[in-house]
Amino acid sequence: MTNSAVTATALRVARGGREVLRDVGFAIPRGSVTGLLGPSGCGKTTLLRAVVGVQAITGGAVEVLGRPAGHTALRHKIGYATQNPAVYADLTVAECLRYFAAVLGAGDVDQVLRDVDLLDHADHLVGTLSGGQRGRASLAVALLGSPELLVLDEPTVGLDPVLREDLWTLFHRLAATGTTLIVSSHVMDEAARCDRLLFLRDGRVLADDTPAGLRAETGEQDLEQAFLHLVRSAA
Amino acid sequence: MNPTTTLATARRVLTQLRHDPRTVAMLLVVPTLLMTLLRFVFNDERVFTRTAPALLGVFPFMIMFLVASVTTLRERTTATLERLMTMPMGRLDLILGYAIAFGALAVAQVGIATAVCAWWLGMAVTGSVWTLLVIAVLDALLGMALGLFVSAFASSEFQAIQFMPLFVLPQFLLCGLLQPRDQMGWPLRWLSDVMPLSYAVDALSRVTAGTGFTGAIRTDLLVVAGCVLLALALGAGTLRRQTA
Ligand SMILES: Nc1ncnc2c1ncn2[C@@H]1O[C@H](COP(=O)(O)OP(=O)(O)O)[C@@H](O)[C@H]1O
Ligand SMILES: [Mg+2]
Repeated sequence: MTNSAVTATALRVARGGREVLRDVGFAIPRGSVTGLLGPSGCGKTTLLRAVVGVQAITGGAVEVLGRPAGHTALRHKIGYATQNPAVYADLTVAECLRYFAAVLGAGDVDQVLRDVDLLDHADHLVGTLSGGQRGRASLAVALLGSPELLVLDEPTVGLDPVLREDLWTLFHRLAATGTTLIVSSHVMDEAARCDRLLFLRDGRVLADDTPAGLRAETGEQDLEQAFLHLVRSAA
Repeated sequence: MNPTTTLATARRVLTQLRHDPRTVAMLLVVPTLLMTLLRFVFNDERVFTRTAPALLGVFPFMIMFLVASVTTLRERTTATLERLMTMPMGRLDLILGYAIAFGALAVAQVGIATAVCAWWLGMAVTGSVWTLLVIAVLDALLGMALGLFVSAFASSEFQAIQFMPLFVLPQFLLCGLLQPRDQMGWPLRWLSDVMPLSYAVDALSRVTAGTGFTGAIRTDLLVVAGCVLLALALGAGTLRRQTA
C-alpha cells in the first residue's frame, strides 16, 4: 500500500441529494500517469475533488501520499488544475502565476510558463486569452513548486493536436522523475497514452488496469471498444 | 496567520483593481461628487456642516459594501477559491489580504472626500479633522467587512447587490441622520442600538460638535472597530475548505 500515491476505499459521495460516487475503490501507483476516463457527468470531477480534499464525502476514505485527503501537510505537495480554469481574468498571466507562487513559496514561474508554452503570453491579461490558453495558464499554476501529485481535470480539452502531444510528453517526463499524475478526460482517444486507466461510469469504477491488461481482458484492441465491452458485460 | 500570503493577497487584489481603472476612478471620485451635490442642494454652509460629517462616513460605507461583496463573490463562484483552499493559504489570511487592499482604497477615498469638504465646500469641523478621517475610514472598513461576510449568502452578483438595500439602508435610516436616535420609539431605538453604523455616526457628530478626543468618541470607535473584526472573522468562517 505504501507504494500507492492515492488509495480510495469504499468511497461514497452524495451531491444535491443524489449518490454521485458509489463504493469507489482504487490504488494509484507512484510515478505513473493514470487516466480517469468516463462520459460527462459520471463523477470524474467529484472524484478528483475528493482526492485533493475539497469534496465533502459521505462514506469510505481517501488516502493521499500516506495521509488522509485534505491533510494540511498535503497542501504543498498537490498541484490541482480545476476543470474551469482557476485563474484571475483581470490579471496578466505572469501576475496570476506570481500570486500563486507567493502563496506556495515557489519560484519557478518562468519554467512552468515555458512548460505549457505560454511564455510569450506572460504579459497578456488572462481575460483576453482563448479558452485553451486559459486552461494552460491554470495548468501552469498546478505545476508550480514541482508537486509530488498532479491532479489534472480535463487539461487537454480544446487544445490543438500539436499542443496536446507536447503536454502528454510533459506528463510522461514528469512521471519519469517520480511525479504521480491523475489526468481526467471524457474522450477515449487519450486512453492509450496513459500508464494506467480508471474507467468510471455512473459513479462506479468499471475498470482499474493498464491499457494492455484491458485489451487482454476484453479481447478488444481499441480502448473505446474495450470500454463498451465492459459496459455491456456489467449490464 | 501568515504575513506573506496575506500581503501577497492584498497586492493581488490591488493589481486586479489597477487593471480596472474605471472602477478605481469611481471609487475615488463618487463620494466626493455626492458630497459636492449635497452642498449645493442645501446651498447653506451651516446646514451642510450639520449633515456632511455623518454622510462622509455613510457614503464610503455603502460603496465599500458593494465593491467588497461583488469582488469576494467573484472569488467564491469561480474556481480560484477552491484552488486556494487546496494551497497553504489560511482562510483568515485571505480575508485579511482583502481587508488590507480595500482598507488602503478606503483611506484614499475618504481622504479625498474629507479634504474637498473641509477646504472647498466650507464644512466647519470643531473637533479634529484627523479624528473625523479615522472614523470615516473605519466606516468604510465596516462596509467592506460586512460586504465580505454577506457575499457568503449570495450565489450571484445580482443577489449580492440586493443585499445592499437589505443590510445597508436600514442602518442608514436608523443611524440618527434622519431623526435623532433618542427621539425614536423603543423598538426602533433598540434596532438602532444594535446597528454598528449608529455608533459611527454618533462619533462623527461628536467630533464635529465637540472639542477633543473624548471618552464617548473612544467608546464609539471601539464598538465600530469590534464590529469590523467580528465581521471579518465571520467572513473567514464562511469560507469552507470542503464543500458538498
Ligand atoms: N455542485 C453540485 N451540486 C449538486 N450536484 C452536482 C454538483 N456538481 C456536480 N453534480 C452532479 O454530480 C454528478 C457528477 O458530476 P461531475 O463529477 O462533475 O462529473 P464529470 O466531471 O464526470 O462530468 C453529475 O450528475 C452532476 O450533475
Ligand atoms: Mg468534470
